[in-house]
Amino acid sequence: MGENKKMIQFTKWEIITLIGAIILPFIFDFSPYIQGLLIFIMLWVILGSSWNLLAGFTGQVSFGHAAYFGVGAYTAGLLYFHFKISPWWGLLLGGFVAVIFGYLLGIIVFRLRGPYFALGTLATGEILRLVFGEEEWLTNGHNGILYMTTWVSKYPYYFVGLALAAASVISIKIIMRTKAGFYFLSIREDEDAAAALGINTKKYKNISMAVSTFWAGIAGAFYMIYMGFIDPEVVFSLHNISILSILVGIIGGVGTVWGPAVGAVTMVFVQELFRSALFGLAPQWFSGLHALIFGVLVIVVILFMPGGIMGDWELIAKRFRKSTRAESEA
Amino acid sequence: MSILTLDNLTKNFGGLMAVDHVSLSVKEGEIFGLIGPNGSGKTTIFNLINQFYTVTEGRIYFQGTDITHKKTFEIARIGVGRTFQKVKPLKRLTVEDNVMAAAFNREATFAGARKAARDVLKFCHLDDVAMMKAGSLPIGGRKRLEIAKALATRPKIILLDETAAGLNPGELDEAIGIIKDIRGKLGITVLIVEHIMKVIMTLSDRIHAIAHGATITEGTPEEVAKNPAVIESYLGSDYNAEEFSNAEN
Repeated sequence: MGENKKMIQFTKWEIITLIGAIILPFIFDFSPYIQGLLIFIMLWVILGSSWNLLAGFTGQVSFGHAAYFGVGAYTAGLLYFHFKISPWWGLLLGGFVAVIFGYLLGIIVFRLRGPYFALGTLATGEILRLVFGEEEWLTNGHNGILYMTTWVSKYPYYFVGLALAAASVISIKIIMRTKAGFYFLSIREDEDAAAALGINTKKYKNISMAVSTFWAGIAGAFYMIYMGFIDPEVVFSLHNISILSILVGIIGGVGTVWGPAVGAVTMVFVQELFRSALFGLAPQWFSGLHALIFGVLVIVVILFMPGGIMGDWELIAKRFRKSTRAESEA
Repeated sequence: MSILTLDNLTKNFGGLMAVDHVSLSVKEGEIFGLIGPNGSGKTTIFNLINQFYTVTEGRIYFQGTDITHKKTFEIARIGVGRTFQKVKPLKRLTVEDNVMAAAFNREATFAGARKAARDVLKFCHLDDVAMMKAGSLPIGGRKRLEIAKALATRPKIILLDETAAGLNPGELDEAIGIIKDIRGKLGITVLIVEHIMKVIMTLSDRIHAIAHGATITEGTPEEVAKNPAVIESYLGSDYNAEEFSNAEN
């Protein structure tokens, strides 16, 4: 904690990162394929930050963040489908509808602790996937919802995504310097001890849930707007949304403000590297390895740097400095 | 005036009477000792006061208000702080952040909480290790961190649950000094559970002794120390100094 009294203070690297992300498209002439990847990175920064607030900072490990991502996506999608309201309105509304769902599901899952909480959240995500698939009168079922995207170019989406991603990271950075942030950490460390310090653990778990689900809902709505198509199997996916949110958090660094951003970049990069078979350099069967490789990466991170890239940054930097020094001496 | 009153407090764990109709009254500004052998129900009484357990029977009053069925966090909010015998540091946070989390009980802002936390850290001789992770503190520091966290919530009464257990002689004197200052300098009433007689006898104004969950006696430290029932509960009913020395020959 710094000495300043201000609510928030940015480090040099944070400002460089942000400015870099803004001017990046003006420097390089990216192909639409790379542009798409950049947009996905932004999407995963939002979703990873969302998961990280609830799980990393508050200790409530969710295996069902697809529930709120999906609800946000469907809020935007259904407004358009039923009322022809632009999904851009749904972008904001998606966040709030996800908060309502989060609160209602929280009434059930917050009765559980630890692994039981994780299983409870996993179930909520799966239940919503099935319900949204079956209730065709409301959701158009497995046919999904199609929307003609606003822009042909991908750059506007990149900047919208960047703005949302920056807002999500900054919002969490601010929260973690307030009373609520300290209470989240206390609840994570020891719920009973927290209560004995006068912390209304139920209330603050709900606050954490609300902020977390808000950003998950926003991410979902943004996905709908950008992709122009959603169906329940995609937006409520256990492995493609819920589990990946966790992996982004773990690789980047659980309980660190910038962890999800680093995790998002790593995850999208590694995934594309293998999915494209090392950008076409390797034989085609190589692309089948991407799921496997990512699993291996997570295991390596958990074993050798349980704090993730950001959490164990000092450790990594030290090792790196040592090895470069050894090289220069040799 | 009485700050904390237990009226026939009873806890029944499925047939086991852990606390059996205990009544006591702690006066404002005193250091009140609660003693008893292992398993006599001391920690259970603390867990009943701050509502980790629900009361089976009886009432708890704080400054005349019935607090028997309030929630744990509400008990802390109205001004009852407690430490844990089995210490509960927020391990991955720094010592300062631990105390700040507690200070937010009365402070709304980051700056206010940090100032309050630093004052408390100094009071508990923890200012040197403020930036250490709480999980890496040695036991003496952890015990003082327990006190610091409870104090940072700015309580009117503090319940100390064996905060001197496991300390070396030097740390013990330090702990005694801190507890004295809690009453003397901060004016906070103290209810203390302790096994180490040196601590309880030098500090307490009055002592309440329990065994098997029930009251044996209450009085000044001298009175309680001389009470045959207290000696019996600690050493056993067949304890006889003469027999004991004969057996050794």
